[in-house]
Amino acid sequence: MNLTLKIWRQAGPEAPGEMVTYPVSDISEDMSFLEMLDVLNEQLNAKGEEPVAFDSDCREGICGMCSLMINGEAHGPEVTTTCQLHMRSFSDGDTITIEPWRAKAFPLVRDLIVDRSAFDRVIQAGGYVSVNTGAAPEANNLQVRKEKADRAFDTATCIGCGACVAACPNASGMLFLGAKITHLGELPQGQAERDARVVKMLGQHDAEDFGGCQNLGECSAACPKEIPLDVINQLNRDFMKAKR
Amino acid sequence: MAELIDDLYRLGAPIKDTKAPEGPIEDKWTAAKFDNKLVNPSNRRKLSVIIVGTGLAGASAAATLGEAGYQVKSFCYQDSPRRAHSIAAQGGINAAKNYNDDGDSVYRLFYDTVKGGDYRSREDNVYRLAEVANNIIDQCVAQGVPFARDYGGLLDNRSFGGVQVARTFYARGQTGQQLLIGAYQAMERQVAAGTVEQFTRHEMLEVIVVDGKARGIIARDMVTGEIETHLADAVVLASGGYGNVFFLSTNAMGCNVTATWRAHRKGAYFGNPCYTQIHPTCIPVSGDHQSKLTLMSESLRNDGRIWVPKNREDADKDPRDIPEEDRDYYLERIYPAFGNLVPRDIASRQAKYMCDDGRGVGPLVGDFRRGVYLDFASALSRMSREAIDEKYGNLFDMYQRITGEDPREVPMRIYPAVHYTMGGLWVDYDLETTIPGLYAVGEANFSDHGANRLGASSLMQCLSDGYFVLPNTIRNYLAQGPFEPVAPDAPEVREAEESVKSRIDTLLSINGERSVDSFHRELGHIMWEYCGMERTEEGLRKAIDLIRSLREEFWRNVRVLGSAETLNQSLEKAGRVADFLELGELMCIDALHRRESCGGHFRAESQTEDGEALRDDEHFLYVAAWEFAGEPSGAPGAPVLHKEDLIYKAIELKQRSYK
Ligand SMILES: Cc1cc2nc3c(=O)[nH]c(=O)nc-3n(C[C@H](O)[C@H](O)[C@H](O)COP(=O)(O)OP(=O)(O)OC[C@H]3O[C@@H](n4cnc5c(N)ncnc54)[C@H](O)[C@@H]3O)c2cc1C
Ligand code: SF4
Ligand code: FES
Repeated sequence: MNLTLKIWRQAGPEAPGEMVTYPVSDISEDMSFLEMLDVLNEQLNAKGEEPVAFDSDCREGICGMCSLMINGEAHGPEVTTTCQLHMRSFSDGDTITIEPWRAKAFPLVRDLIVDRSAFDRVIQAGGYVSVNTGAAPEANNLQVRKEKADRAFDTATCIGCGACVAACPNASGMLFLGAKITHLGELPQGQAERDARVVKMLGQHDAEDFGGCQNLGECSAACPKEIPLDVINQLNRDFMKAKR
Repeated sequence: MAELIDDLYRLGAPIKDTKAPEGPIEDKWTAAKFDNKLVNPSNRRKLSVIIVGTGLAGASAAATLGEAGYQVKSFCYQDSPRRAHSIAAQGGINAAKNYNDDGDSVYRLFYDTVKGGDYRSREDNVYRLAEVANNIIDQCVAQGVPFARDYGGLLDNRSFGGVQVARTFYARGQTGQQLLIGAYQAMERQVAAGTVEQFTRHEMLEVIVVDGKARGIIARDMVTGEIETHLADAVVLASGGYGNVFFLSTNAMGCNVTATWRAHRKGAYFGNPCYTQIHPTCIPVSGDHQSKLTLMSESLRNDGRIWVPKNREDADKDPRDIPEEDRDYYLERIYPAFGNLVPRDIASRQAKYMCDDGRGVGPLVGDFRRGVYLDFASALSRMSREAIDEKYGNLFDMYQRITGEDPREVPMRIYPAVHYTMGGLWVDYDLETTIPGLYAVGEANFSDHGANRLGASSLMQCLSDGYFVLPNTIRNYLAQGPFEPVAPDAPEVREAEESVKSRIDTLLSINGERSVDSFHRELGHIMWEYCGMERTEEGLRKAIDLIRSLREEFWRNVRVLGSAETLNQSLEKAGRVADFLELGELMCIDALHRRESCGGHFRAESQTEDGEALRDDEHFLYVAAWEFAGEPSGAPGAPVLHKEDLIYKAIELKQRSYK
């Protein structure tokens, strides 16, 4: 395949940014999207131009490190992570636009890389169960109903990639937050801190400049782990209850 | 100076672990915990620990030491601690809870782990691992880790990796992710409490050693390029394994040896570097562009049948057009008793032989086809499609996403890939390296796995080290405090800082012709060909020569663009590859000197008449602990081998047999 890439280049947060066009050739459909960018970077390096900076690590769809808006969609045209998107989803001659996540809460670092540490701070605000090491009771003393365990699991699969935020016109982090609230809220271990957790985490979410939720559903549609939209309802219910 | 052996290394004084208490193996850990000195809670605030790495080992250690009240600084190269490579582990984590009453016990878990490592691990450490494993499950459940449960609401177990009891706890195919999120959350709780300070996108590039003790690190802020000095009373390396020396592996892209290699150069011995675990069921390489390999869960071997064509001419045919009589179900043929379920090292090696014989399948990569079929046709005729999908559906989908082929229609193709490493920094019972005050935990140390890591045992070791072992052993060291403060401009600090800076300057100034990746690929190719699944004297010698000249070319001809003062991914990679180029040579020397086969280390010269690995306990029942002796390549820098004899008191040595 031969493709035309339009890539956002920006040397640093303060530097001016621009879209730059790069042709790439000999792309095989077996390549992942990031391998295609590796090929581009080798070509740039050979020409003496600095490679395009982008994030990735596991390249297996699980660490949440990769990002990229591809043709305006978070992680591109399929419901998956960018590292698991393959070039067979594109056709010879395509023009592909590649941009970083755009959200106030995720400031740009360089080229296609943004700073998602706001998510860590939201977790620091209460996204845990307070139990010291060595203080845990025998595991099977605690029974969890299968349906609850399954729902906790389904929401614990969030990889913290930020696609939900990038896809949301308001750049809201409610899907990410709702996933954690639901994961811990479904489990008996999470009950003691349930009220305090939702209040503190939501407060941090707002302090980080994430936007509000208008129930547009773009987040859930873009989520590579298919976190359901109703975790946001759960979040709201928990919040109302905690406030009462 | 001791004489040069094989032209490659010298023999140094024997080494041994002096920290494990005397007495029966069952009582050692209890005794050690009691004997280790305590630190008064109000003094803990004055003591500081640096932890490099936020995988299962590092995050759990940071959380626990933070809770205890020490000042902890935690470092990782990703943008968040939650992304450490541990996140990718699929299968599960072992513990001898015996919830199924199938005869499991701490002793059996201990026994299986020592045997699985082909009797090349240290008995005392492994016993302790088995002993604390149950606490890990309790701890993780209390944190809210959503392990699989049955309809009664209790925890579910499965059996894994050829073990005859069901002792593996799992969370669908994402056990690593769920465990890591648990440890990460516990650590973030301490960040909020102010006991742990977290430094993301920071790469540790040097250890600071003052008066023979580890007192800090030099790290590069990967965003601003600033070279920072961080001082502390003790340093813990939890920086993971070095499988990426092979370039292609199932490891995350950033996995590297830099932290442990820099420590090695500063005096920490490196244990058993040549032990590499190769996993038989990975998706094969599809072309030269490939950046990493993806693991397919080993459970697929329960229902899939492995074969290659009998005739080389059939290699590029559609497999569905190859009649039954022209297929070679080679594992079933050679190992009738275990068939497709033979252990990882055997399944991997046989797949390689088939491909070397020209009967591999799939696309030509170079002039080679590297793949064998894993065929579900007979399972599909035996079981319903729904039943198969229920069991393997998500794996099939993953395979289809990557290869574009549906394994329900065409047989899946698999090939072995490097998975994890058993070598690492040499540590004693306290997990302390040969540099006082420098500890190594998780995959970064060598201790518990011998020549093989069994399935579900690596996660167990990482969490055992981080939650339970290290916090109890390091306090014995910290109790010697308060430590004399180190001046930020002490000569040792300056020297470490200067060496990091000058290395970076050199890398940026070479401005040669070749990219970092091209060197990494070439190194990986050498390692895979000569220090991979099968090793020979001749091949290893050749590899050492090739690595030496590649390293020479690297420092003359690498091209790293950009500057040191910004985020510069080529520069990051260059530093890591430079260290891999040194480690690779040591791995080959270690593999060469070990003229026996054991676990993941198969020396062609040491096999039984029917081609099985032949251990040589008389000559090689030891850990190889290597001391750095100067710039590698050639006699003056030849590494020094210290042997730690392995003494088995609780367990009797046996030959493994799967025929
Ligand atoms: C695909 C796959 C599946 C697996 N499945 C299983 C399984 O089912 N069961 C099992 O028991 N094991 C499994 N393993 C093995 C297991 O996951 C690893 O051995 C284990 O997670 C290693 O954990 P760790 O904490 O030692 O290191 P890692 O999780 O690798 O963490 C390393 C940390 O060190 C940091 N770091 C590294 N170098 C530096 C540096 N220079 N400066 C700063 N920070 C640095 C990284 O940022 C990271 O935070 C699997 C491995 C793979 C690849
Ligand atoms: S909710 Fe989905 S899209 Fe958002 S961070 Fe989690 S996995 Fe990514
Ligand atoms: S690189 Fe890990 S999810 Fe894409």
